[in-house]
Amino acid sequence: MHMHKFEKVWLIFGTVALLVFLTVLGVSAFYLGNQPPSCLVTIDPEKVEVTAPFNAPGLYEVTGKDWDYELVFVASAFSYSPAKVEIPKGSTVKVIATSKDVIHGFEIAGTNVNMMLEPGFVSEYTTRFNNEGENLIICNEYCGVGHHMMSSRIEVVSK
Amino acid sequence: MKKTAENEKVHPLDAKLSMAHFYVAIIALALGGFAGLLQTLVRSGRMELPAGITYYQLLTVHGVLLALVLTTFFIIGFQLSAVSKTIGPLSTPSRITGWIGFWTMTLGTVMAAVMVLLNEASVLYTFYAPLQAHPIFYGGLTLVIVGSWISGGALIAAYRKWKKNNRGQASPLLSFMAVVNTLLWIVATIGVAATVLFQILPWSLGWVDSINVLASRTLFWYFGHPLVYFWLLPAYMCWYVVIPKVICGKIFSDSLARMSFILFLLFSIPVGLHHQLLEPGIDPIWKFLQVILTFLVVVPSLMTAFSLFGSFEQYGRSQGAQGIFGWFKMLPWGDARFTVPFIGMAAFIPAGAGGLVNASNQLNQVVHNTIWVTGHFHLTLATSVILTFFGISYWLVPHLTGRTLTKKLNKLAIIQGVFWAIGMSFMSGAMHIAGLLGAPRRSSYSTYGDSTQALDWIPYQIAQAVGGTILFIGIILYIIIFIQVAFFAPKGNEEFPVGEVTDKAEKTPLIFENWKLWLGITAALILFAYTIPFIDILQNAPPGSKGFKLW
Ligand code: HEM
Ligand SMILES: [Cu+2]
Ligand SMILES: [Cu+2]
Repeated sequence: MHMHKFEKVWLIFGTVALLVFLTVLGVSAFYLGNQPPSCLVTIDPEKVEVTAPFNAPGLYEVTGKDWDYELVFVASAFSYSPAKVEIPKGSTVKVIATSKDVIHGFEIAGTNVNMMLEPGFVSEYTTRFNNEGENLIICNEYCGVGHHMMSSRIEVVSK
Repeated sequence: MKKTAENEKVHPLDAKLSMAHFYVAIIALALGGFAGLLQTLVRSGRMELPAGITYYQLLTVHGVLLALVLTTFFIIGFQLSAVSKTIGPLSTPSRITGWIGFWTMTLGTVMAAVMVLLNEASVLYTFYAPLQAHPIFYGGLTLVIVGSWISGGALIAAYRKWKKNNRGQASPLLSFMAVVNTLLWIVATIGVAATVLFQILPWSLGWVDSINVLASRTLFWYFGHPLVYFWLLPAYMCWYVVIPKVICGKIFSDSLARMSFILFLLFSIPVGLHHQLLEPGIDPIWKFLQVILTFLVVVPSLMTAFSLFGSFEQYGRSQGAQGIFGWFKMLPWGDARFTVPFIGMAAFIPAGAGGLVNASNQLNQVVHNTIWVTGHFHLTLATSVILTFFGISYWLVPHLTGRTLTKKLNKLAIIQGVFWAIGMSFMSGAMHIAGLLGAPRRSSYSTYGDSTQALDWIPYQIAQAVGGTILFIGIILYIIIFIQVAFFAPKGNEEFPVGEVTDKAEKTPLIFENWKLWLGITAALILFAYTIPFIDILQNAPPGSKGFKLW
């Protein structure tokens, strides 16, 4: 099959650019560890309230781990528990969350923290809070008539 | 190349069948577009819906009517007439099959619509479990898909008959493309049909208590990504084959056009996990693998861009254009059949760039489920694809009804395209920016308890309403033109433009029609990308979910 010379150049350029691009994504994901949230832990969605750590949502200081705090969230139509938390500035926090009913989102608006909460699964993401002030958490997956009311707050405070 | 038996006109009986599809499509456009306008007004915070209608009911109407009904009906109508034009009138059994498909789809649409109107199915057009709609809603959607399979059968039967009578010849390009798109659709819809028939329907009827949510979503997205290529390929049919003829140029290369369609068939299906990057329960290795496969469509996309601009330039130069970009001015800007799809092509440049962001393993986390995504597909689907469909209907509808697109209507059509471009720049531009700031998609107006962040999004929501209003005027103009060319414009012979290949081109290799080979590779790629993650999902499944009706 005949190809125009310019077309060959164009496609070779495009393919090489693509390979470079995919290599960057791959190195970032597997070498630097920038993976999208993909926790494999499961839970009985009917028993969230009696399953640790979701029986007591909130912020917990931990020691001997790569993060300083664990922040446990339970989402249900149309609210998060806890509805507000304070986090000391500069701390590394592992967010651990799940849903009691339908699918919800968990987005800290204006940041990279963004994950899906699905009934039956635990979602986790570790992040650092460097800026003082209020962070808005919103549900960004349609969950019913009160979806746009579903929010929580993280207040980053100086130590 | 031997010229194939080309018919001057689509057979009148086939024309009737195509037109039936277009009537449903335009009703969907009118109602869905009105819903879209109301959505932007509600989200601006300046309007409240009357009579207990909820934002989410409206959004379900908008998504189902525009993304599912308008597209599927228009595409099937267009592809049937393309086949009838390039390989000859449908046989009587094929045509009857086509009508059965049409009525099945229409019945399904009515069933789903009634349930949405009764507020029994405000689950949006993606109907993610465990939100649970009325079973009639799911039954209706099933009929739409089954109907489309029946119509697809009619189209493939016509193609096979032609192949039998013309052994050893390459089929006409337009028919070849319609067949690829039909096959893509059939392979893709197996996923959504599987979750609806085997999981969702039995569960919504109460025959089983619970549903495997992640398996259902995975089957949905196995369908959801190729769905966008099912919308896009008919636009490419116009760009590759129709536009060269409209500008009095030639098709750049028949073989390359076929190759790019085959590549779209191969690479558009085994990639659905890129919609599930932020979901628990799926190993990130498989997500990344599908990200790689996703990006392979870059190759046929670059081929497409090259051939389009190649044929534009060849034409401009043949008219004596000078300099590097002199040919650009030679293009027939006064012809709506060219200009309107061209606006669509131009929109595809930012749209494609945004798509690269969405699919990038890590960047996805910045934009996932924000209104950025909505801004993105109003460029791809609601501009590139839809403006091309509008451009097609400006000659196809009068061709089928034996009327003409008059000079005045042509001018109105260009104005329509300009309105769309302006309205969409406002709406989609504002959606992209608000999305980067974190504003969520699929959400009614809310200040989230007067959060300062959420208050920052409001000016962009007002810009969306301004854009939405201009877009809605664009829809009204389109409907006026459609009604004119369908019922009132002067009688005449509007051309069905089908481009020819340059004389220098070589004979098209027959390998492109070796369906066993291509479907075999398609199946192999799908099995490679999905077998292990899907088995994982089934084996490690948590207890299932009961249904919820939270609206
Ligand atoms: C008058 C023109 C239009 C306006 C004003 C408009 C406006 C909107 C708005 C405001 C949203 C949803 C925002 C949200 O997520 O809350 C939306 C969603 C959507 N629109 Fe449009 N739109 C228009 C035309 C179209 C067209 C022509 C199509 C497709 C052919 C389309 C397809 C969609 C789809 C698929 C969604 C997503 C629905 C969902 O998230 O469930 N729109 N549109
Ligand atoms: Cu929600
Ligand atoms: Cu996709």
